[in-house]
Amino acid sequence: MNSQKMRSVKELEAYMDGPKPDMNPIDQAADYLLVGEEMLENWLTAQERIPTQDKKEGFRILALHRQGCKGEPSFNACRETCRELAYYYNLITLEPDSDEMSSRLRMMDIVAKHLVLFIGNKMMDDQVGEFCCSAKVNRLNNEQLQERVGVKNG
Amino acid sequence: MTVIIDKKDLKKKYKKVAYYPGCALEGSALPYDKSTRAIGKELGLELVDVKDWNCCGAMEVKNIDPQVETYLSSRVLSNAQHKNKMDVVMAPCNGCYKNLKQAEHELGHNQKSRDVVDKISKKAGHETYESGDVETIHALDWIKMGYGEDELRKKIKGGLKGLKIANYYGCMYTRPRNIFPEKAPGAGGDDLIKPHYMDDLLAVAGAENVDFALKTACCGGAHTLSDRDMSTKLVLNILEAAEAAGAEVIATECPTCHSGLEMHQIRALKRMSKKTNVKVIYFTQLLGMAMGLSARKVGLNGNISDSRGLMKEKGII
Repeated sequence: MNSQKMRSVKELEAYMDGPKPDMNPIDQAADYLLVGEEMLENWLTAQERIPTQDKKEGFRILALHRQGCKGEPSFNACRETCRELAYYYNLITLEPDSDEMSSRLRMMDIVAKHLVLFIGNKMMDDQVGEFCCSAKVNRLNNEQLQERVGVKNG
Repeated sequence: MTVIIDKKDLKKKYKKVAYYPGCALEGSALPYDKSTRAIGKELGLELVDVKDWNCCGAMEVKNIDPQVETYLSSRVLSNAQHKNKMDVVMAPCNGCYKNLKQAEHELGHNQKSRDVVDKISKKAGHETYESGDVETIHALDWIKMGYGEDELRKKIKGGLKGLKIANYYGCMYTRPRNIFPEKAPGAGGDDLIKPHYMDDLLAVAGAENVDFALKTACCGGAHTLSDRDMSTKLVLNILEAAEAAGAEVIATECPTCHSGLEMHQIRALKRMSKKTNVKVIYFTQLLGMAMGLSARKVGLNGNISDSRGLMKEKGII
């Protein structure tokens, strides 16, 4: 599952805010997964990194998330959001006749939107970001810290 | 390093703990403080306030100097150890809990941090805290491991009567994962990916927990002043996810998340015309009411999200 042309963050935000095109549920689920992947691709390319084509546990979104966390532990704040997308994708595709199809699609829509909001906000906020509470500043060594905050410790 | 929890002694160990309310529980989260103390009393679990406690550093100090933040949290641990003579600190606030755990980890793994903390502690004239001397736990650990579900079941009176609850843990209860060795797979603590302690306790109290996809998602709390619209959007999404899952209530265990959910629920209606009806209640308030404590005793009237109508309708109060 790889996009031909990655949509921008703005396009993805607008897409998630608007009505979705008519699709069958399986395609819709795949589309939500793709939205997640493209947001992660945006995150990675903003840092001049090449998004992986690998998969983790059968999902590219999980491999992309893991790649996105390298050097940026605060990005783990969306780890479970990515996992939930994969979880709902599995539910929808493995049980296509389920009575819960519409509620599962609704949940996948909300989860995908959360991922779009979270990553979009991080990219806007931090010139690749630092707002959350498990931020990477805690992991930097002293020299990196001095460079970052512009003051000497000790 | 994997730490295997020795569960057999925890009931004795957690029966009397040092209590670190932090600044939120003495301000915006007074109902959380009130209900935590009330259920402690009801369960016979003793809380002794950490003497002369200070700010843990919250989210701000680390952006200037993380070692000062480590020091601030270490001072709380030092006071609990030396002034209170206690070896367990219970912090109900996720921010405090995470920062104390982070300080513990830093001091155990970083000589530079140890040196800085020692230097400031000596200058401030108090004992330096050394990693491993005090255990930091959350209010969820305190009740789940220190009291236990079987015993708790005996304390439930009216119960929560099938109240549909989405349990929201927020982002700091399980992250960053390396500071919570007791939550590593096989260690015996709560789950890093799908935490369940709050679900377990509220299920014992009679709640019907819904499958909540955003239970550890970001609420935008740190952005609530700098980018309110973004916080409102993130919160609205969490509220809508809870409602889509069928929840009548979102149970919280973090004062920052709780006040964010309450305030942005109102703001979403005012600014975005998006109305959600799900109520926001601290898990300690829910447990207290399930044990038969009055709404007033658990501070329900102190919440911005007014759930008294729903609780009456459900026969809980």
